Amino acid sequence: MLRETLLRKLDHLIEFHGKARESVLPVLQDLQATYGYLGEETINEVARTFGISQTEVFSVASFYHFLNTKEKGKYVIRICRTISCELRDKANILRALESELGIRMGETTHDKKYSLDYANCMGMCDRGPSMMVNDDLYADLTPSKAVDIVLSYR
Amino acid sequence: MARKIDVVFSDFQPGSALRAALGMTPTSVIELVTKSKLRGRGGAGFPTGLKWDAARSHRSDDKFIICNADEGEPGTFKDKNILEKQTAKVIEGMAIGAYAIGASKGFIYLRGEYKYLVKDLMKKIEELKSQNLIGKDICREKGFCFDVDIKLGSGSYVCGEETALIESLESKRGEPRNKPPYPAEAGYLGQPTVVNNVETLSFIPHILLNGAEWFQQFGTEKSTGSKLFSVSGDCRKPGIYEFEFGITIRELLKEIDADPDTKAVQIGGASGFCACSDDFDKPICFEGIPTGGSIIVFNKSRSMFMVLKNFVEFFQEESCGQCVPCREGCSRMLEGIEKFEQGRGSSKTINDLLELSTTMSLASKCGFGQSVPNSFRTIASKFKDEILSAGGGEVWRS
Amino acid sequence: MAELRITINGASYKALDGMTILDVCRREGIHIPTLCNHPDLQTRGICRICVVDVKGSKTLQAACSTPVEAGMVISTTTDRVRKSRKTIVELLLANHYTDCTVCPKNLNCELQSLANEFGLTDLRWKERRERTIPQDDSSPVFIRDNNKCVLCQRCVRACDEMQGVYAVANLFKGDSMIVGSAFNKPIGEVVCINCGQCVAHCPTGALSEKYCIEDIWKAIDDPKKVVVVQTAPAIRAALGEEFGYPAGTRVTGKMASALRTMGFDYVFDTQFAADLTIMEEGYELLGRLRSALTGGEAPALPMTTSCSPGWIKFQEHFFPELLPNVSTCKSPQQMFGAVVKSFWAGKMGIDPENIVCVSVMPCTAKKFESIRPEMARNGRPDVDYVLTTRELAVMIKQAGIDLHDMKNSTFDNPLGESTGAATIFAASGGVMEAALRTAYEVVTGREVPFKNLDISPVRGMDGVREASIKINGAQKDWSFLEGVELKVLVAHGTANAKKVMNAVREGTMAAHFIEIMTCPGGCLGGGGQPLPGTPEIRLARAKAIYEEDADSPLRKSHENPSVKKLYEDFLGAPNSHLAHELLHTHYTARGQY
Repeated sequence: MLRETLLRKLDHLIEFHGKARESVLPVLQDLQATYGYLGEETINEVARTFGISQTEVFSVASFYHFLNTKEKGKYVIRICRTISCELRDKANILRALESELGIRMGETTHDKKYSLDYANCMGMCDRGPSMMVNDDLYADLTPSKAVDIVLSYR
Repeated sequence: MARKIDVVFSDFQPGSALRAALGMTPTSVIELVTKSKLRGRGGAGFPTGLKWDAARSHRSDDKFIICNADEGEPGTFKDKNILEKQTAKVIEGMAIGAYAIGASKGFIYLRGEYKYLVKDLMKKIEELKSQNLIGKDICREKGFCFDVDIKLGSGSYVCGEETALIESLESKRGEPRNKPPYPAEAGYLGQPTVVNNVETLSFIPHILLNGAEWFQQFGTEKSTGSKLFSVSGDCRKPGIYEFEFGITIRELLKEIDADPDTKAVQIGGASGFCACSDDFDKPICFEGIPTGGSIIVFNKSRSMFMVLKNFVEFFQEESCGQCVPCREGCSRMLEGIEKFEQGRGSSKTINDLLELSTTMSLASKCGFGQSVPNSFRTIASKFKDEILSAGGGEVWRS
Repeated sequence: MAELRITINGASYKALDGMTILDVCRREGIHIPTLCNHPDLQTRGICRICVVDVKGSKTLQAACSTPVEAGMVISTTTDRVRKSRKTIVELLLANHYTDCTVCPKNLNCELQSLANEFGLTDLRWKERRERTIPQDDSSPVFIRDNNKCVLCQRCVRACDEMQGVYAVANLFKGDSMIVGSAFNKPIGEVVCINCGQCVAHCPTGALSEKYCIEDIWKAIDDPKKVVVVQTAPAIRAALGEEFGYPAGTRVTGKMASALRTMGFDYVFDTQFAADLTIMEEGYELLGRLRSALTGGEAPALPMTTSCSPGWIKFQEHFFPELLPNVSTCKSPQQMFGAVVKSFWAGKMGIDPENIVCVSVMPCTAKKFESIRPEMARNGRPDVDYVLTTRELAVMIKQAGIDLHDMKNSTFDNPLGESTGAATIFAASGGVMEAALRTAYEVVTGREVPFKNLDISPVRGMDGVREASIKINGAQKDWSFLEGVELKVLVAHGTANAKKVMNAVREGTMAAHFIEIMTCPGGCLGGGGQPLPGTPEIRLARAKAIYEEDADSPLRKSHENPSVKKLYEDFLGAPNSHLAHELLHTHYTARGQY
């Protein structure tokens, strides 16, 4: 990632969200959306921008499941592990995706395209099993439907 | 027989309730809400009028009203539907609250999982602004300004707890604060703040339009009005229902066409209570079995051990980690439960875990940690045999 | 504040609005166990060991964070209080790597005390926590062993609230939560000022200073080595605590005897170098003022002190552009080392190569200071080993010495001679007071206009204190100072220093001279001092320090005969070329990101 690009992006975000301490999280969320994760350089520049320590920024980021401090795949697939989806055979969805992508839960494909993760309740309990691919939410899944959806992300 | 009701999703003319409110003094708006006995729909059931009154009584030029849309309790999805279908109603509820407490800024704290709703919500906010229902000099009422902003969560269950939510809104770790001071005194940025659940806010316009007596005709003595339920699990008709408070579990199971061999119902999600057939005639309300609205049905084929383990795994992961009873308690509880899987669990294990549960409920810092053991306590007592014999037998239907 | 009444365990007590239940219980001597609570730090209410029963409340309330209310009925001994507290201790122990007998905190560990208090005989929840996390020994001064961390956040709060550094924080959450730095990097790779306040606030053995005890015994046992020891002013007012003396007991003479008995060849005093520092720093300040007021080159003002190494590193990281404001004087510890290995070695005819210079400091940052490359000559460090007060206590005990048995003795000369002005270096405001006693007299020929030489406006425990002295009757050489109101400022705790330096950066600072001490109360509250350290204990130590000053026959640095002689025989004059070479240093802009 080019530092100049990052700084320009950061300037833009500060213009939008402001530079007060309470804007750190929205800025991190937007950077995460842009870069897929919050690496050392990103955290460092956010800390510098807000005039706080890197550790403070990292401490905040590491609290939230949806903020990655390690590089993940371009598409993060989160499968709902809550009981309602579990009752609707979430296990089969996971099995199908694991075998299609050739990775296990928690891993990232070699080409850095897909990561498989769990998430807690997505609010699709009446239409489970459900999953998210980045910010998109899918419900009423079957194993083959789940695979088709995932493969449509190129 | 408790009635099926249609308030939250009923038609609504944006601005009508707000105009009614602006025709009253802020104090009389609060009196009306207090008189309706409306209680918070998030689960804790704190009287909304009291919350507003407390925030009103603390002086500040910078008060806030926050719509808690961090719906994270496993098995709950009603707030999402309300926000999707009744955006104007919820925001009008916020505006009325803002007028009542003297706030000029509001936030919708939306869980990250619902990010896809942001676009439509923003559109609706702009629309309401153009109708002068939010923004400056609302409804031509000189000096009443109220703006709404959307803030996203990032995947943290505990942020549904109001002080954790405020911490998160301040871009900190979502770790619950000590109470007191309560948010009504010192909340967002140290200012008086009211945090209301989406569903709670959606009742406000109706109370303004129809009066406290109208609202009180529904429900029970201590739980007035109706309640939304998010139904999932083993039933023919999962989805969202609105019933009067006081409906019995049995009545509810009938409405949702639950499996005839239903053996357990989890009421209130992972932090709620497990009901078995002995409990089915109990009413769902604050004086009976309280709930934020999650109803998960389990038929005979389900292993209650696996249900319990799923809940405890959830808590272990979602505990914010700051206080000892909750952080360490969740880990030790999960270890204890895993003992049964490994064939090492005994009645003594259950008793030890019950004692741990007591400490977690009594000594945890926030409502989250205090409610973690609810599911363990109820499942372990009602389905003790299933826990003890967890090592064998079919677990899931598939 | 309104007065109200509450009931605790059946008895009625007065309380003030705003007090917590714990405040009242402490005042009344009602025991409440605590762990995450510390008087230096903001209340977090997270260990929950202090829970009490409040009538009408379904759950228990944390005494530390619950304000009293009129008519509150509290019980501290109910069944559910007892059981919950015990369970909490069990939960803590279940996740604590327990190797008490070989732990640096053995018998001085708050978790161990709690286990003892609750009479635990087994661990119900887990067999035993193993050491699953590698120790972090990347800091030059301390070791973090997270296997023993109870996540009380005392180190986190000390680093943030007291020091404004924020080197460590809670990372991740739930059962994955851990205390560490950004990206869980070793502490040695992030901005840390080595002040040791984290160590001093840790209730368990999760944080401890790096010991150099064995190296020193080895040197003492080596017949070729001449081992000299210097002790900082703050040690004499605190070491006794390690041997059961009440806080504030002066043990100067006993300490000197113990050091001699242990086998140190020469027992000297850092205070000699403190007096020397005042000469160098005082003249440096006057020199800067001369330039500023006589229209020469514009010197960096206000000048700040340089004796506190945590502060130096803080400045290098957080205010690198203001480094020219820092006095170029080495700290007393380093001046001492430089003098020992030059002047004293020559005088005694000892090859500096064979001198081992040990210092005893109330400080962990001094360990880092001694290994700075600029603190060495010809590749030879001026100070070889730095012991904390706690380490010295360990060594004394290892030598089989009980401090109580020691007779009083005095330091060796000439590097053991000092004045009361040097003693008060131990307290926040002390360097300022010592500097003013000398500078004012140099300029006017008269003593500072304060009763008994006690410059009380710069004393005390407020985070930032200001004072001024108007100079009247300046002597001929100093006429440019005539009528000038010399403004000074004192700050302790680098979080306070940050505010002060921000004002300097913004150009809104009126002071000419600023004293900054890294630790609360100054060195007497240093990161290497006996535990526990509380505001009360620090006050007792400060009292002892000021008493020692008051009792001293000489109380002004420029009157120290050995210092005078050092200038006559060796250095020439303050700020001379040789003085600069030996006693002054430079700093490194490190930045923060």
